[in-house]
Amino acid sequence: MKSTRLDTAILVFGLLLVWQLLYMVAGANVISAPLATLIRAGQLLADERFWLHIKSTGEAFGLAGIIAIVLGIAVGLWLGFRRFAGDVADPFINTLYSIPKITLYPLILLAFGLGMSAKVAFGVIHGLFPVTIFTMGAVRNVAPIYYRTARIMRLTDFATLATIMAPAALPEILAGIRIGVALTLLGTLIGEFFASTSGVGFALIRASETHAVTDVMAITLLLFVFAASVNALLNFIQRRLRHNG
Amino acid sequence: MGNVDSHISLHAVAKSFPGHDGHPDTHALGPVDLDVARGEFFSVVGPSGCGKSTLLEMISGLSPPTTGTALFNGKPIGGSVPAGIGAVFQQDASFFWLNVWDNVAFGLRRHGIAADEIKHRVNQALAFMGLRAFANAYPAQLSGGMRQRVCIARTLVLRPELLLLDEPFGALDQQTRLLMGDELLRLWRETNATIILITHALDEAAMLSDRIGIMSARPGRFIDIITTNWARDRDSRIVSDERFGAIMGKLWECLREESLRSLKSGS
Amino acid sequence: MIASSQARLSSVIITRIVVLTALLAALELACRLGVIDRVTMIPPTEMVAALWQILASGRFDSDIAFTTGNIAAAVALAVGLGFFVGAGLHALPRLRRVIEPMLSAYYAIPTFIFYPLLIVIFGVGRTALIVMGAMFAIVAMIVNTILGLDRVSKVVLQSAVMLRLDWFRQLILVRLPAAGPHLVTGLKLAVTYSVIGIVAGEFILATSGIGKRVAFAYDNFDNNTMYGMLLLLLLGVIAVNGLLSTWERRLHRRFGQQ
Repeated sequence: MKSTRLDTAILVFGLLLVWQLLYMVAGANVISAPLATLIRAGQLLADERFWLHIKSTGEAFGLAGIIAIVLGIAVGLWLGFRRFAGDVADPFINTLYSIPKITLYPLILLAFGLGMSAKVAFGVIHGLFPVTIFTMGAVRNVAPIYYRTARIMRLTDFATLATIMAPAALPEILAGIRIGVALTLLGTLIGEFFASTSGVGFALIRASETHAVTDVMAITLLLFVFAASVNALLNFIQRRLRHNG
Repeated sequence: MGNVDSHISLHAVAKSFPGHDGHPDTHALGPVDLDVARGEFFSVVGPSGCGKSTLLEMISGLSPPTTGTALFNGKPIGGSVPAGIGAVFQQDASFFWLNVWDNVAFGLRRHGIAADEIKHRVNQALAFMGLRAFANAYPAQLSGGMRQRVCIARTLVLRPELLLLDEPFGALDQQTRLLMGDELLRLWRETNATIILITHALDEAAMLSDRIGIMSARPGRFIDIITTNWARDRDSRIVSDERFGAIMGKLWECLREESLRSLKSGS
Repeated sequence: MIASSQARLSSVIITRIVVLTALLAALELACRLGVIDRVTMIPPTEMVAALWQILASGRFDSDIAFTTGNIAAAVALAVGLGFFVGAGLHALPRLRRVIEPMLSAYYAIPTFIFYPLLIVIFGVGRTALIVMGAMFAIVAMIVNTILGLDRVSKVVLQSAVMLRLDWFRQLILVRLPAAGPHLVTGLKLAVTYSVIGIVAGEFILATSGIGKRVAFAYDNFDNNTMYGMLLLLLLGVIAVNGLLSTWERRLHRRFGQQ
């Protein structure tokens, strides 16, 4: 869609223009100009100390993500297969998904103290539920006709699972993972706001406390770009698989 | 007692579903007696909800009868599906994550057939069902009729001796149905399989079958079994044969009452 | 068949009650026996007692009012503005095509990263909080508005045209009600996200409100107050969410598959 790309470019350009204008109106104490922000972002990426922050966040995010996905899929599969258990658990899980996880923050801080494990815990509680819910839904939504086909073909339970149920459920599970990963990142960063002395989230809150405006904007920009890229990557993977099916 | 040479033999077969909370059991089907000969094309017609699909489930082994015996090749069908049976259902069972070729090859791969043999059989089936040009397409890109052809091809490659079809053309338009009927007959002649077809379309049953079982409203029982005496090498053009009208007439004569009864009871 | 599904439903409900009670009892026991120490968590029964005490004494009434006001303002902002932006985008397909991928990417981005920026822009105060809440919530409303307006079936629209309704009447009398179920979904999500945005903001800014009380209690090891307030928040959210969910489900059922 060439026209859409052009429109998007125009929109982005327009936003940059608005940003520049805001800067000129509000002054350097409030926001920093686009160019200055970009330069600062570049400086940060070249700075060793900032990379330590990135590493810290990366470790926590990676670990939390893996736990959320593995645990979420495991629980989701179990609840999807065991009809009764799934029916019983359904409203509980949906309620847990919808309550603000902030209500659990004090508990996590008290239970895990400050540091890496708290960050990971924050990340996991945010990302776990969508993965579970989507996986459960994916299993339950596998068309019953597929199971009949498996029985007529006299497939073993294992073969049914591996060659029919898994690929049939995969697209929806992936949708859940996409949302879960985004929320895990959110949770990890929040964990760094509250419970850490390292990490990009910590750097961000530090910068805002010291009123280092350009730093705040530069780090925000970097996070924005990172989150958008991860999402785009998962989106791409999802679309590739959909083309296959 | 049934014919010992029958491919399928049902004797006093009935199916009931247990009621809950003190409600009475739902008597869905039967008792039914039926003998289907090897290589026969047998259709079952009847008002909706009469238990035709339940009958198929019991013949295939997907669901055991509550009472009575069901025999396949003289052996009782337990709770599991015996080897040698293939089935095509009304719903689209094509796997959306596989292309046509892989869909058709699916059953063969699961049963450990050698790769050369798989290639040979799949290509043969694709050619037979007119799917060669679509081998790399995905079900999402195909029409309903094409997808049903894929499901039939997938069943065909396994060389079933008994082919069960539960309203396979239900979702298709009339012209496509007639053409699919021709293909089914062609398939039947080439494979020498026994075919049991469930359909609500009387013309389809009249055109395709050697014998037609007419089922009553629920609980389904055979009211009558009509023999068509068609030649084996028939196709859809027999609809212009005068005997076709007579068969249709006989079918509707039996079914009209049952259908009214079924309609009134709201099933 | 209906009887059997009813029987299943009641056994499901009974199991839910049993499981919930068992979990709460286990938690209570774990706290009382010291498996979970008091510094980490107080027993559920004491949480309820603390909540009762807070409500009865009225100590934190102003904070509760503050937070509730913030949430209400943020929801109103998010829903109102979100609806018009959504309706606007729906009416301008070219603009929509450009913005839509950004909308779906919005959720991938932790909006919390903008908090420090908002603090820098708006300073520390109510405005920043409300903006935080609304920011988080508005996209849910926009997305669901577009979804709802999309779902208005062609047949319904054709009927509206046959009735010779002008564009505005079409919007208010036909499209809006038809999109109803999705708009309520948007409202529900807006409430959830606003709560998150505002309470989290109150944690950080710590000027006033439920968030502030929780943070303050946390810093002072006052677990009673902290868990009491958290329980209040939890129950409040569950109640509002439950009501909106029921409304949403009823609308979906009444309007059928669109």
